[in-house]
Amino acid sequence: MIKTDAIIIGAGPTGLFAVHQLGIIGLQCEVIDNLDRAGGQCIELYPDKPIYDIPAISKCTGEELTNGLLKQIKPFKTNFYLSQRVEEIKQENNLWILKTNKGNLFSAPNIIIAGGVGSFEPRKLVLKESEKFEGSQIFYSVTNKALFKNKKISIFGGGDTALDWALELSKENEITLIHRRNDFRGAAHTLSEIKKKEKDGKIIIKTPYNLKSLAGDKTMTGIEIEHEEGKLEKIKTDYILGFFGLIMKLGPIADWGLNINNKTISVNTETFQTNKEGIFAIGDICTYPGKLKLILSGFHEGALAARACFKRAKPNETYRFEFTTASKKIHDRLGLKK
Amino acid sequence: MPKIIYISHDNKKNIVEVPLGLTVMEGALQNNIEGIDADCGGSMACATCHVYVAENWFNKMDKVQDAEQDMLDMAYEPKKNSRLSCQIITSNELDGLEVTTPVKQT
Repeated sequence: MIKTDAIIIGAGPTGLFAVHQLGIIGLQCEVIDNLDRAGGQCIELYPDKPIYDIPAISKCTGEELTNGLLKQIKPFKTNFYLSQRVEEIKQENNLWILKTNKGNLFSAPNIIIAGGVGSFEPRKLVLKESEKFEGSQIFYSVTNKALFKNKKISIFGGGDTALDWALELSKENEITLIHRRNDFRGAAHTLSEIKKKEKDGKIIIKTPYNLKSLAGDKTMTGIEIEHEEGKLEKIKTDYILGFFGLIMKLGPIADWGLNINNKTISVNTETFQTNKEGIFAIGDICTYPGKLKLILSGFHEGALAARACFKRAKPNETYRFEFTTASKKIHDRLGLKK
Repeated sequence: MPKIIYISHDNKKNIVEVPLGLTVMEGALQNNIEGIDADCGGSMACATCHVYVAENWFNKMDKVQDAEQDMLDMAYEPKKNSRLSCQIITSNELDGLEVTTPVKQT
């Protein structure tokens, strides 16, 4: 059991800055996120797209913003528990006990939900029968490349992930790349590599096609795809890789008894506490009259939630507001040399 | 005000008047039309306001922009006549527009 002052769910910009705000007032925290790295929507949806409305920063990308925030919280040596989702919470006296789907247990008086629009999950194939083969012959990410050696692989999708894996796996496999329209969205360099491989017969490209059905009972032996105009085609397939991007799902948070409306959690704007004492919500996932889904709003919300956490984490101490410019205590927490 | 016809995947029809200049997505949310989530609020950063536009209307509309097509790749069961409803702005020309919502958005 990991004991701390606050658990932050979500390592997007709002969650990361909340680490900072807790840190400078002397509170410890642990961060949990379902993605395999920090950054949230910034890193997953628009790592290269510039953001123009971060105060005092005229322009920065999602990746730059994330890196800047990670650097800023470095002094606090916060632990990140990535690629896992909080499955259950329960209350014991004044503490919240959390359990992730990887079995990590946490205990803290405060939970700060900075979960954006929910946790990211891969979008799956639409065909109902595909469920049967998911994890054995149908995958939405590649964790073990060796599995595919000398096999027939059908890759679905039109973005960089689909294209990159088509290129990589075409070295040792027969690849069919299937996409619902003729245009691919990918880096120019990747697209020209794909064209080259197609010319050499290393990759077969099928557009505009969609998956129609799967063949095989216990083992999938092939697929049938359908052209936009209705023509059907059968392809022998050992493995399907589907790369349709990520969708965001609220997940278990929906079952915690919070006031949720339209996938957002109602909060009190003095403390950003939800209807449950000790559970706070900040960033895109919270709502209140006048709410703006801006990164800068998330920063403000985290600053106030952190102060509210102090009262529950250190009930016998008085919180005193201090500026980072002048406070010796804050300088010590930031590890600044005198 | 242009009338927009929202049809659910199981063929339930809702005809609502949507003020000029609002998007088809906004028209749905304001009238509690089910089947359109619009997680990102209309910034073309998700694909949860995905609709199928009736073929005769689809052909009358401007060609779908690349960025919208890219997003539609990530939608639930996109088809040739798929659009993001946040990118369709109502106008008098679109009076009577028919859109069908997919089985689900996520």
